[in-house]
Amino acid sequence: MQAETFKYDNRTVRDFTVATIFWGVIGLLVGVLVASQLVFPDWNVASWLTFGRLRALHTNGAIFAFVGNAIFAGVYYSLQRLLKTRMASDLLSRIHFWGWQLIIVSAVITLPLGLTSSKEYAELEWPIDIAIALVWVIFGVNMFWTILKRRERHLYVAIWFYIATFVTVAVLHIVNNLELPVGAFKSYSIFAGVQDALVQWWYGHNAVAFFLTTPVLGLMYYFVPKAANRPVYSYRLSIVHFWALIFIYIWAGPHHLLYTSLPAWAQSLGTVFSIMLIFPSWGGMINGLLTLRGAWDKVRDSAVLKFFVVAITAYGMSTLEGPLLSLKNLNAIAHYTDWIPAHVHIGTLGWNGFMIFGMIYWMMPKLYRTSLFSEKLANAHFWIGTLGILLWALPMYVSGFTQSLMWKEFNPDGTLVYGNFLETVTQLMPLYALRAIGGTLYVTGMLIMVVNIVRTVRSGSFQAEEEDSALPLEATEAGHKGEHWHRWIERKPVQLMVWATVAILIGGIIEIVPTIMVKSNIPTIESVKPYTALELEGRDLYIREGCNACHSQMVRPFRSEVARYGEYSKAGEFVYDHPFLWGSKRTGPDLHRVGGKYPHSWHYNHMIEPTSMSPGSIMPTYEWLATSALDTTSTKAKLRAMASLGVPYTQGYIDSAHFYMQQQANAIASELMEQMEDVEVSPNEEMVALIAYLQRLGTDIKAQPENNETALK
Amino acid sequence: MSAIYILISVSFLVAIAFLGAFIWSIKSGQYDDDYSPSVRMLKENPNNKSES
Repeated sequence: MQAETFKYDNRTVRDFTVATIFWGVIGLLVGVLVASQLVFPDWNVASWLTFGRLRALHTNGAIFAFVGNAIFAGVYYSLQRLLKTRMASDLLSRIHFWGWQLIIVSAVITLPLGLTSSKEYAELEWPIDIAIALVWVIFGVNMFWTILKRRERHLYVAIWFYIATFVTVAVLHIVNNLELPVGAFKSYSIFAGVQDALVQWWYGHNAVAFFLTTPVLGLMYYFVPKAANRPVYSYRLSIVHFWALIFIYIWAGPHHLLYTSLPAWAQSLGTVFSIMLIFPSWGGMINGLLTLRGAWDKVRDSAVLKFFVVAITAYGMSTLEGPLLSLKNLNAIAHYTDWIPAHVHIGTLGWNGFMIFGMIYWMMPKLYRTSLFSEKLANAHFWIGTLGILLWALPMYVSGFTQSLMWKEFNPDGTLVYGNFLETVTQLMPLYALRAIGGTLYVTGMLIMVVNIVRTVRSGSFQAEEEDSALPLEATEAGHKGEHWHRWIERKPVQLMVWATVAILIGGIIEIVPTIMVKSNIPTIESVKPYTALELEGRDLYIREGCNACHSQMVRPFRSEVARYGEYSKAGEFVYDHPFLWGSKRTGPDLHRVGGKYPHSWHYNHMIEPTSMSPGSIMPTYEWLATSALDTTSTKAKLRAMASLGVPYTQGYIDSAHFYMQQQANAIASELMEQMEDVEVSPNEEMVALIAYLQRLGTDIKAQPENNETALK
Repeated sequence: MSAIYILISVSFLVAIAFLGAFIWSIKSGQYDDDYSPSVRMLKENPNNKSES
């Protein structure tokens, strides 16, 4: 048989790598900015530069722009070489590359404008969600088509990780972004309250699993053996841990909702699967590290291997920590505190970042047929980056323990020692400062990499088309008459995968559509009523400003929380919350029971200048809420959308929405002016709507005390 | 809690799809040789036009 000659497409790989570096620096600089804003609240200089809005830009930038582009670069490089073929379609590769960059640009524009669905790591609004789905499918078609065209029968384990990534991320993205549009850039999640929370964290957890873990493990199985020039420690272990990992990972999501209003059996399910995850995760770590058996001397000389060793170690540490955090007793301490960002950043800065840096340092010189400009600079990057991770994470661990202990500290007489939440915030300032310095060091390391890569590129010549040759794959035996009908699909594994994916998507839609139509079966509390039109608009402002980035709305059933915030939260209180706004972090206090706690004027002054009410507060100022008029053009459309999602607004209420809204706004505005004699308040300003929402929060079960007996059940 | 039934069904469907892939991969002999693929992938492309 004649060997065939073909060319690898290196241009797409190079472009994705450049995009990785570009967006990586930007995404992490935004991270440094938001970290600094917690130390210097003055740095929240404009509405579109506030912490609440930029935090989403940082997380999306780091996950989907930095790691996303790196995954694609690594996949396009390794897939072609492992399968001995060029990517199936240059056109699809181009569309994939530019489509993904356009999505990132649209995120950079919309998130600072406050256009957000509020669901973590899925904040982008519905038109962008659709674009993501399309580009993702294009990536998948290109990948499966390439697998079909392969000249190597065996699918190397890395490819299995890529396939699992594609299939699962597609499903997660679609289910979590099922939303009803009410305008070009506004939509409501079709799920409400507890259900929405469950869907969100099923997604959120698996976004970590199938976007930040499986594809990067695939990269590990390609680039670590390549860089060490050693076969992977145990190929058999890689196969076993791959299948174990993907079968277990998808069930662990509920561990993000321990002690919330989620049913206890679902919480336990999440915990059990999380603990089981230690085994396949450590299978990967052991396999990665032991690949260097007998070659540890190379680590001393190679910055690439240094990055890989720390990355895999970070992976092992955070995949032990994660399951431990999903034990209820540990979670009771860690949840809502800085422990969680510390855990996350060991994974992202350590595992994702360092895998990516190692890959870039190894791959770019090859693409440019040269050697790395400076091994010394790469080593400097490694040490500065490692120091950066330590300075980031260690203060946050201390901060997490400090917060948690202070929140739960009681006096002998049964009152809270730190009854004022602010005391537990000001205590953390030096730690937040150290964290910002750690982040700055990490970005500094990346800038050193930029210099090194630019010099490397200049010294080499780019090889866009790289020639290789391989024997063609023997054709599988042709079908014969009378064979069983499904033989044809079994002969084509890729076809099988594609159709299986289509089948599960159809199955998913069939499952979901009836549940939207059928009335929700969440236990309802009689006194819980839908938000008024004005409160609903206020809630959308809360979403726009990203208040949920720092404030939770979920009082857990602990004595310390009930003493601080009030009655613990019940599932039935959130049935009209499209989307849910439980939050995941308490940089500020929980707000679920804030309604009626303070007079209107307190909120007004607090929003204009937080330190006037809470000296030492690190909350940004929101003075534009008092100067901009509330946009009520889509109020009726919003109410109609809510009604079609099952919120019981009557037609009569929707028709007269503006009248009721004005009535409630006038009442709040005149009360505000009574309380603050020297301030002129217009009922039409945004502030009034936000205050209406805040004063409503968590008050429904207090409204009719005689119903509390049933409400508590 | 209808959402949990959706999630469990979707998760099961994903798991079944992967199970199908797993069975295929074993039956089609993907894992008959569980050593040489790890060595073969190390072979660098010599960048030469002719390869014996």
